[in-house]
Amino acid sequence: MISDLFSVTVLIGILASGIRLATPYLYAAVGETFSQRSGVLNLGVEGQMLLGAFAAFYVALTTGNLWLGMLAAMIVGAVMGLAMAYVTVNLQAQQGISGIGFYLFGLGMSDLLFQKLMGTVETVKGFPRIYIPGLSDIPVLGEIFFNHNLLVYLAYLLVPVAWFVLNKTTLGLKIRAVGENPDAADSLGVNVARVRYFTIILGGTLSGIAGASLSIALLNVFQQNMTSGQGFIAVALVYFGAWRPVGVLGGALLFSMVNSLQLWMQVKNVPIPPDIAVMLPYVLTILVLVVTVSRVRAPSALTKPFEREE
Amino acid sequence: MKKLLQSDWVSRLLDGLLPVFATLAALLVGAVMLLFLKVNPIEAYLSLWDGAFGSANSLAETLVKATPLLLVALGICISFRGNVINIGGEGQMIVGAILATWVGLKFTNLPGWVIIPAAMLTGFLGGAIWGGIPGFLKAYFSVNEILSTVMMNAIAVQLMNFLLRGPMIDPAQAELASKIPQTARLIEAFRLARFVPTRLHLGVLIAVILAILVYILLWRTTIGYRIRAVGHNPHAAKYAGINVKRYIVLSLLLSGAFAGLAGAIQVYGVNYRMITDGSASGFTGSAGFNGIVAALFGQLHPILSIPASILFGALLVGANKMQRVVQVPSALVIALNGLVVVFVVSSEIWRRRRQRQRLAAVREEETASKPGQVQVAEKEAKG
Amino acid sequence: MKKFVWFFTLVVTFALVLSACGGTAATTEPAAPPTEPPVEATEVPAVPTEPPAAPAEPFRVAVVMPSAINDLAFSQSMYDALVRVQEEMGGPSAFEFVYSDGMFVVDDAAAAIRDYASQGYDLVIAHGSQYGSSLQEIAPDFPDTSFAWGTTVDTFGLPNVFAYEAASHEGGYVNGVLAATLSTSKVVGVVGPIETGDAKLYVDGFKAGVAATDSTVQVNVNYIGSFSDVALASEAATTHIAAGADVMTGTAQMVVGAIGKAEEANVLWFGTQSNQTSLAPSIVVASQVYHWEVVLNEMIGLIKSGTLGGQSFVANLANGGEVMEYNPDYPLSADAKSLADETIQGIIDGSIEITLP
Repeated sequence: MISDLFSVTVLIGILASGIRLATPYLYAAVGETFSQRSGVLNLGVEGQMLLGAFAAFYVALTTGNLWLGMLAAMIVGAVMGLAMAYVTVNLQAQQGISGIGFYLFGLGMSDLLFQKLMGTVETVKGFPRIYIPGLSDIPVLGEIFFNHNLLVYLAYLLVPVAWFVLNKTTLGLKIRAVGENPDAADSLGVNVARVRYFTIILGGTLSGIAGASLSIALLNVFQQNMTSGQGFIAVALVYFGAWRPVGVLGGALLFSMVNSLQLWMQVKNVPIPPDIAVMLPYVLTILVLVVTVSRVRAPSALTKPFEREE
Repeated sequence: MKKLLQSDWVSRLLDGLLPVFATLAALLVGAVMLLFLKVNPIEAYLSLWDGAFGSANSLAETLVKATPLLLVALGICISFRGNVINIGGEGQMIVGAILATWVGLKFTNLPGWVIIPAAMLTGFLGGAIWGGIPGFLKAYFSVNEILSTVMMNAIAVQLMNFLLRGPMIDPAQAELASKIPQTARLIEAFRLARFVPTRLHLGVLIAVILAILVYILLWRTTIGYRIRAVGHNPHAAKYAGINVKRYIVLSLLLSGAFAGLAGAIQVYGVNYRMITDGSASGFTGSAGFNGIVAALFGQLHPILSIPASILFGALLVGANKMQRVVQVPSALVIALNGLVVVFVVSSEIWRRRRQRQRLAAVREEETASKPGQVQVAEKEAKG
Repeated sequence: MKKFVWFFTLVVTFALVLSACGGTAATTEPAAPPTEPPVEATEVPAVPTEPPAAPAEPFRVAVVMPSAINDLAFSQSMYDALVRVQEEMGGPSAFEFVYSDGMFVVDDAAAAIRDYASQGYDLVIAHGSQYGSSLQEIAPDFPDTSFAWGTTVDTFGLPNVFAYEAASHEGGYVNGVLAATLSTSKVVGVVGPIETGDAKLYVDGFKAGVAATDSTVQVNVNYIGSFSDVALASEAATTHIAAGADVMTGTAQMVVGAIGKAEEANVLWFGTQSNQTSLAPSIVVASQVYHWEVVLNEMIGLIKSGTLGGQSFVANLANGGEVMEYNPDYPLSADAKSLADETIQGIIDGSIEITLP
């Protein structure tokens, strides 16, 4: 019944689970924001997430050290980013398609390694929920905000940091300049290629962490194709957020909370077919954009390779 | 001048073969992976070749695989020329297939020569709707098409799941406890003709004919010219009096329509019914994505997309055969496809470089005497 | 060209590093899957083992399945069964099998089935209900090859097609009875993929089992619309727990995410398809495990005697095709255990009839 949805339990549930579900989107989408701001569309996020998730899981499983797992995810993500950067910056390959290539590579490779190295589904002891004395005990609010693992908090911390870097630092200025007008940036002495390398590798690293946040923090398990399209949603959320970290945060939270709302609708026996309920987050994300017509322009040089006039 | 033309011919041939070289290079990397899996790469690749081209049946399978790729690629040629990115091919295929299947299951008393064209048309329309919505939202509400097409893919999958296990379920399955989510089978009269004993069906021909039509549309009609003009420079197009918004909608709509037709042809030519495994690719075989790759392999040109789709189709079919012969996990096949895509798209730089050299040569030769021609050549290089 | 060389070197290095891990493990990986925890079968499987009469040629089987052989769910249940059949029959010299995993694309699967058939395998198994349509088309072209299709009961009236299915509602019912007994909060949660096929059958059986045991227990069901979204499955579990569930179950490969949440909240879990005890030894009570070898052995016996199809088989509790495997580490009370045994006995002798919606 719909009326059953209006209770404190449900509210806490939706908010808390929305905050958790948004975590991988935040890492991946903030990373993608950086690369798009510098003019590079990376559609390979899903593949980077999968390889990151596997690397983190496998290393954490074999060494028993979660931080080494994190490190592995970051390295694998960065290496994928490096390859993507080489292909799109030096070889000036069509960005969307290279991204699809890297996605397929990550999808296949993570599954192959999973089958060959592990043989079966296993679990690992991931990052535990952090109990914050005082805060975690606050009724309602404690359950919603202060009952998560470390990677969840770090994801939210990433948003202001990303905002600061993009808007308040020289590096951010360079990134934006390269994304808006690479020729002008170049003539002012900015190394366009180097900036793009930086953002793409950063994006890959963050996607790797996004994968790790699933495999060794939220789920503590690896399964083939476990990201199930989240990387693509993350790319979409960058557009939702109009290339601003705060907007991305809004999109990630909206999508995730509607997703947990539909889970609650099913649990509370709201009489609609499950498939229709599952559609809700996707439909609503589009609808919100339609209603709040945004006039923010994409970075002018997005998807355009840069070549110095010699 | 004659010498120039000749070298031009050679370099164009090299351009055409570039994707093949790049694919071979990717397979070389794949060979290293195979070695680590303790598989003889030569045996593996021989089986890949055998699976793709080794017999009449393999060749037929390759073409069957290439058909949806080509159709999606044609749509991609249109939308990318119009500078809109359509990654909603998966959803558009699904919606096109749903509507086309509905026609075939509903009007069983009509003859095949009525139903088959009607179904193709509804498939086309279904895709047009599913592609037109993101187009409309982009043009009039500034909703980015990458976002909306990604979301619309997910919505289409759930719509399919809902319909196939509910309103459209095979009546025979509705009786059973297991309730396999599939529609009834199309009656024999409604199936596309096949070149027996293979699975090669008439859809292949439809796709090739449409490739020619899309070429004509893009380069021989005003609509095509305007789509390209909007894609090339929307501000200039607007200044020239073109209704830019309308053409944004149109290019996504047409792009979706071809994907929808691909879905309809998969049902009428290959599966004869819709079945879902809960995901999009179970039905589409990821043609909605792979078609984008095929289009790019074909330099966004409808005619070149034909060999490009065949190449990519051959790779997909052959790699599956390789999986069976040398018994590697199918995950390797997916990773290998990814490598091929990356290599081919990276190899484009040499084509562009030679194009630029050709352009420079033409410039040198013609100097300032015939500036018009240089402009044309420049345009070609950019287009 | 220089750029290309660099790029090439980069990719090769990357591929080398990645496959190096893969390669080294491949050598150490045991041929058989990891040993399962001690199993307490409630029913002595009535396996009609075919005595291998020193066959000159091994019996050759090819299987096409939708997901990976290590999904700890539907595909793995078949792979494990084939390994067991191979052991029973005396190794690869008597029984050899090949597989195509990850064939979620229906027409790729069709190509695989046709290809295996043309290579003269004795039995080609299409392990996925979505493959039926393809099989219906292919089987008549290979009258000397035997095909098997699951999970279904439909052989299309073809003489060379076997059909097999698991009566997953039976194990579901037993799980439901136990779940209702063990739940103190009177709320039970279920996580499923999409509401069809094997998953629906299992969930419906589970619900019936709960309702028959304690009508005050409420069953909340969540179909997450995907077989792969582990994160959403895990949040679905969290939602159930927040809604008061203290016992949960779920089906398909993405539930591995849900089991973790159950363990974290100390909520009991009932598994199906494969034995899921290893994922959370403290909270998994029991798993309904498919032992397809029961079905496979019958088919193989028939094929050897010249019958290539036309029959359909059910793996159920009675014939040992479904086995309730209990977690030896979970302290299940003697009362509950005997209730489960009675239920199984009742299903087998027909005194318990499971009414599905």
